[in-house]
Amino acid sequence: MFPPHRRLLTAASASLLVLGLAACGGTTKDSASSNGGAAGQPGASADPNASIKTGLKFAYLPKQLNNPYSDVETAGGKVAVGELKGEYKLVGPHDASASSQVSYINTLIQQQQDVIVVAANDPNAVCPSLNQARQAGIKVVSFDSDASKACRDAFINQATTQGIGESLVKMASELAGGEGEIAVLSATPNATNQNAWIEVMKSELAKPEYAKLKLVKTAYGNDDDQKSFQEAQGLLQSYPNLKVIVSPTTVGIAAASRYVSSSNYKGKVTITGLGLPNQMREYVKDGTVKKFALWNPADIGYLAAYAGAALASGKITGKQGETFTAGKLGEYTIGADGEIVLGPPTEFTAQNIDQFDF
Amino acid sequence: MAVLVIASLAVPSFGTSRNFTFLVLDLMPIALVALTMTLIVVTGEIDLSVASTLGLTSSLMGWLWNNGLPIETIVPLCLVAGAILGACNGFLVTGLGLPSLAVTIGTLALYRGLAFVVLGDGAVADFPWNYTGWVTGTIGGGAVPNVLVVIVALALVSGVVLHATPFGRSLYAIGANAQAAHFSGIPVARTKFWLYVASGTIAGLAGVLWTLRYSSARADNGAGLELAVVAAVLLGGVSIFGGKGTLPGVLAGVVLLAALQNALRLQDVSGQALNVVTGALLVLSVLLPNLASSIRTTWHRRKLRQAAAH
Repeated sequence: MFPPHRRLLTAASASLLVLGLAACGGTTKDSASSNGGAAGQPGASADPNASIKTGLKFAYLPKQLNNPYSDVETAGGKVAVGELKGEYKLVGPHDASASSQVSYINTLIQQQQDVIVVAANDPNAVCPSLNQARQAGIKVVSFDSDASKACRDAFINQATTQGIGESLVKMASELAGGEGEIAVLSATPNATNQNAWIEVMKSELAKPEYAKLKLVKTAYGNDDDQKSFQEAQGLLQSYPNLKVIVSPTTVGIAAASRYVSSSNYKGKVTITGLGLPNQMREYVKDGTVKKFALWNPADIGYLAAYAGAALASGKITGKQGETFTAGKLGEYTIGADGEIVLGPPTEFTAQNIDQFDF
Repeated sequence: MAVLVIASLAVPSFGTSRNFTFLVLDLMPIALVALTMTLIVVTGEIDLSVASTLGLTSSLMGWLWNNGLPIETIVPLCLVAGAILGACNGFLVTGLGLPSLAVTIGTLALYRGLAFVVLGDGAVADFPWNYTGWVTGTIGGGAVPNVLVVIVALALVSGVVLHATPFGRSLYAIGANAQAAHFSGIPVARTKFWLYVASGTIAGLAGVLWTLRYSSARADNGAGLELAVVAAVLLGGVSIFGGKGTLPGVLAGVVLLAALQNALRLQDVSGQALNVVTGALLVLSVLLPNLASSIRTTWHRRKLRQAAAH
């Protein structure tokens, strides 16, 4: 019925022996960290006067297809590629798994694209293929979610952590009339971007001009609609003098707004943070939300195309300090590590919200 | 074969050496896991937990690496872990006599869950270049990827075991009729147990190679791979009811699936259309042999009837 014990024993002791032998000396995390061995781009120099080539082939590879947010981003890219008289193509996996993007990158190398604009599902998993692409002469621009900086030419960053934190505090202060209690409704306690923004908010609040603003609590709605709704409810019950809830997550801000607009706190407490105009339109129209912010995702894709065109034309190489013009968005300068920051987030109010559809 | 020829003629850049490298790297995990899956399906059982075993091994690899173990220790440890996971399946199926479909659907969820327990949502990435480079590299910088050697070697071993040893013949006997096999002296339970151990070990190996290929250990690695493997095995002519099928057939199935996906992708066919094609191919591969045999039977009956009428 069952395998003889002797055989199991032999197998077990053999594997232990292997382990013992292998444990003596070898490649460990510490010894390996020195030999990274990422293949860089051959040292090219930029020609600031180069004219932008037409007919370039652009391929957009978002994290996954049929995601409403990345659809808006890539739509912006399509517009820019049209302005640049290039060929636009959108490819990508239907699941946002780490490795499914790699076969798409390999395919794009085979098809000899000029520019790959990629939002990496895993910054390292895509790295070997992106470097193969670059060795084949393809320029790689990452957007939305960066690939390792060793394997892309430039990264379009929607906004800096500092910029977002500052603008959240600025909005909260304006809405609270410069003084009073405010609270934060975040996503999960270990969400990296959320925590970074909250840290910036705290150091901003320590400045003298915000001395009368008091951050009473940071609540976590786990980016779950129901949990965020309940957390918003809890905040208002525990802090009767609360003036503003700042929610730097699209799930949290919508849930908190829904609660306030349907409760008798409407008009006494206001909500702000980062949200999507389509989700927030009704709360802006009914006065629950006076203003909130977000970068315009279409501009991210748009800027990526212009950066890619400038790279493929030899106008820039991705070094710090190089400049290029990105159509309607104007002039951009490349920052450290090839980072290009889109700009401060756009503020949405009752006056301008109808101009945005995403 | 025909697909390969048509694809290399009709799809530009399909037949290039670089694409060949990509193709082999893409089909590597499916090919490896399909080897042991073939043996298991031939005995009339199934192992759906392979992709989760791959993910758990990958997580384990990342966790051990983070804890400073040398990679030369981690790799055998991961293979042992795969073997243990396979042995759990084997024990539940043969020791407790539970249906393999139910057991491995259970461990599919269980092992994937454990993978997230081990590593969480994060990824471990900084594996040594000489290992990751070997997995993605080619022999002498040419077109033949290093991992093809591993695939061919293991395929030869499994092929010989299945087709040229008494053990291999006993697998067909078990698949055709387990009870008859038991009464003719074949140790059915023990055989199946070791097949599951082998399947787990190979899935562990696939997990190691996957992690090094993408230089990224993650709990969600290989999600959904079990379906591609089962698809390739069925496409290769193995009967899901056991007792029928060959290893060369399965390898042809793996190559056909991978080449078709690769070629369609080069033609910018969308991911959803790819799924439709793969699914349709699978249904056809099951349908056609059945259709053929039922036509044959009808023909045969008609002939008999004609003979009787005369």
